[in-house]
Amino acid sequence: MSIFVDSDSRILVQGITGSEGTFHTQQCREYGTNVVAGVTPGKGGMLFDDEVPIFNTVREAVAETNADVSLIFVPPPFAADAVMEAADAGVRLAICITEGVPTLDMVDVVGYCKARGTRLIGPNCPGVITPGQCKVGIMPGFVHQEGRVGVISRSGTLTYEAVDQLTRAGLGQTTCIGIGGDPVIGTTHKDCLERFAEDEKTEAVVMIGEIGGSGEEEAAAYIAEDYPLPVIAFIAGQTAPPGTRMGHAGAIIAGGKGTAAEKMKALRDAGAHVVGSPSEIGAKALEVLGA
Amino acid sequence: MKLHEYQSKALLRECGVVVPDGHVASTADEARACAAKLFDAGSARVAVKAQVHAGGRGKGGGIKLAASAEEAGELAAAMLGSQLVTPQTGPDGVAVNKVYIEAGADIANELYVALTLDRGRGCPAVIASAEGGMDIEEVAARNPDAILREHCEPGWGLRPFQATRLAYRLGLSGKAARGAAATMMKLAKAYGDLDASLAEINPLVITGDDGVIALDAKFDIDDNALYRHPELAALRDSSEEEPLEMEAATHSLSYVALDGTVGCMVNGAGLAMGTMDEISNAGGFPANFLDVGGGASVERVANAFRILMKGERVSAVLINIFGGIVRCDRVANGVIEALKTVAVDVPIVVRLQGTNAKEGREILRESDREFIVAETLHEAAEKAVAAAGGGTA
Repeated sequence: MSIFVDSDSRILVQGITGSEGTFHTQQCREYGTNVVAGVTPGKGGMLFDDEVPIFNTVREAVAETNADVSLIFVPPPFAADAVMEAADAGVRLAICITEGVPTLDMVDVVGYCKARGTRLIGPNCPGVITPGQCKVGIMPGFVHQEGRVGVISRSGTLTYEAVDQLTRAGLGQTTCIGIGGDPVIGTTHKDCLERFAEDEKTEAVVMIGEIGGSGEEEAAAYIAEDYPLPVIAFIAGQTAPPGTRMGHAGAIIAGGKGTAAEKMKALRDAGAHVVGSPSEIGAKALEVLGA
Repeated sequence: MKLHEYQSKALLRECGVVVPDGHVASTADEARACAAKLFDAGSARVAVKAQVHAGGRGKGGGIKLAASAEEAGELAAAMLGSQLVTPQTGPDGVAVNKVYIEAGADIANELYVALTLDRGRGCPAVIASAEGGMDIEEVAARNPDAILREHCEPGWGLRPFQATRLAYRLGLSGKAARGAAATMMKLAKAYGDLDASLAEINPLVITGDDGVIALDAKFDIDDNALYRHPELAALRDSSEEEPLEMEAATHSLSYVALDGTVGCMVNGAGLAMGTMDEISNAGGFPANFLDVGGGASVERVANAFRILMKGERVSAVLINIFGGIVRCDRVANGVIEALKTVAVDVPIVVRLQGTNAKEGREILRESDREFIVAETLHEAAEKAVAAAGGGTA
């Protein structure tokens, strides 16, 4: 079992002919992901890598191929529109990798997707992977291993670090979700926790947060209500100064709110296993789950 | 990107919000001439206001009143070129390069009004308070009930009834309530049209005759949206920005100077923060945040070295790369190549993990340059802190 994507997922890639889109589509296909269509306006009728049909619009791609998940590599000025096109065409899940989308664009897009029943993951995220089944994103597939732990994170490489530790510890992962580092995102820590709670195979969740916003506090409040799985948590940015954006648009301590200390306390009070260092994630998961 | 008061007020004026007459000046003579114009137009007194991005200017002596053009000139002369220290600047303060000369206002009541993003709700909200003119964070901490909110629903925005409701909740009535509600509607429109992340009027003044004017204003613009607002991008005051951060940005590197001794070079923002935390856990202090990005090419690594070595207190460097799509052997070669063009005279600790990490470590061990090679992040942080001379701040 897994959440969001599995071996039955039929993926379409928006922006498949751009340099990022091309490279990562190839990587996903090498991993075994079922990429059924690409969309680039003006390139309809062509084939990607001699095999994957390209369409001018998402609606056509969905009608012809029954794609149910869209992976989006469209540049920032057009990313919001691309997500809305995916939602309008009825894809179940839209995963937006693009970094640098204006925040107010996302405010409207998130509402648009909700109204149409499309789940949005991202933007500014590495995507989703269900190891051994389906990789829909830019993460390095080889560090992942089919297993027992669900992973939720706002970061990219920090997630790979945690995943690598889980793999080395022999625990593996059920599904790993990068929810993105922007102030407004489609899917939150809490949304993912809810889904993992329903997944039979997931025995524990690793949750990686960072400074800024209140997503981790909301997740903590949810965990406190008898969450059925153990949660191992790390919050990046304990040493970050207030008022300074640390790379991600969303990683900023503003108005004295969103500090790592507050988030760690909320999670600890909720019963999560909070580690103070990213190196301890794998060992803590092993301790919690047993070998 | 932050805008100055005079820039923010020009934007407000364009969208119909009433602001006092004012002019920006870079010299005392200009300030005197601007003040004279305001006195000629009937002002009883003028304010001389330092144009810096930091808040709390009043407390730091950056806002003064003058009763004559001569006095305004003297106040401007004292402010211009000085370092203004406010509760929001560091102890060194910030340089004052411009002053804003503004007609004095007839203040009956001071309110707070701002548009900002409510991240929990995922939409903008109007924040208002009857306790204007104060630091809103102080008000929120002391008396959370004094902060009023209305959310701007996606696709609909702020509706007039919400602005009216806020005006009445602020204790206003009649002409003042209508004026304040209209101002909030205009501010909300400006917030959206300009892709702001903050649009603040503090204080919003109710005058003796129930007029409504914006006495101070502050806009922050979403950096991600500047591509579609070239006219706003042109307002950037680079003298207020950290020069190294600006230089880093021109090389697409994300850099923030901190005051420790361990220089960091990491791929990815989250891992870069995690690396800083690990250094701190090991008893040391990071000298900077630096996200070198996914690629970590020779050119990027060289630029990253160049920038982080400008940190005066850097006494060791920690390179932490998690090779995913990028291969660690390439990163290792990139580091060695980069060091041929940049002089780095402090110990370098390198931790490579992920694709071809073993090969990468071999390349570093075999090179002429001496690297301290670590396998885990924990080990790397301990070695870097030791190389930097232990936990001295």
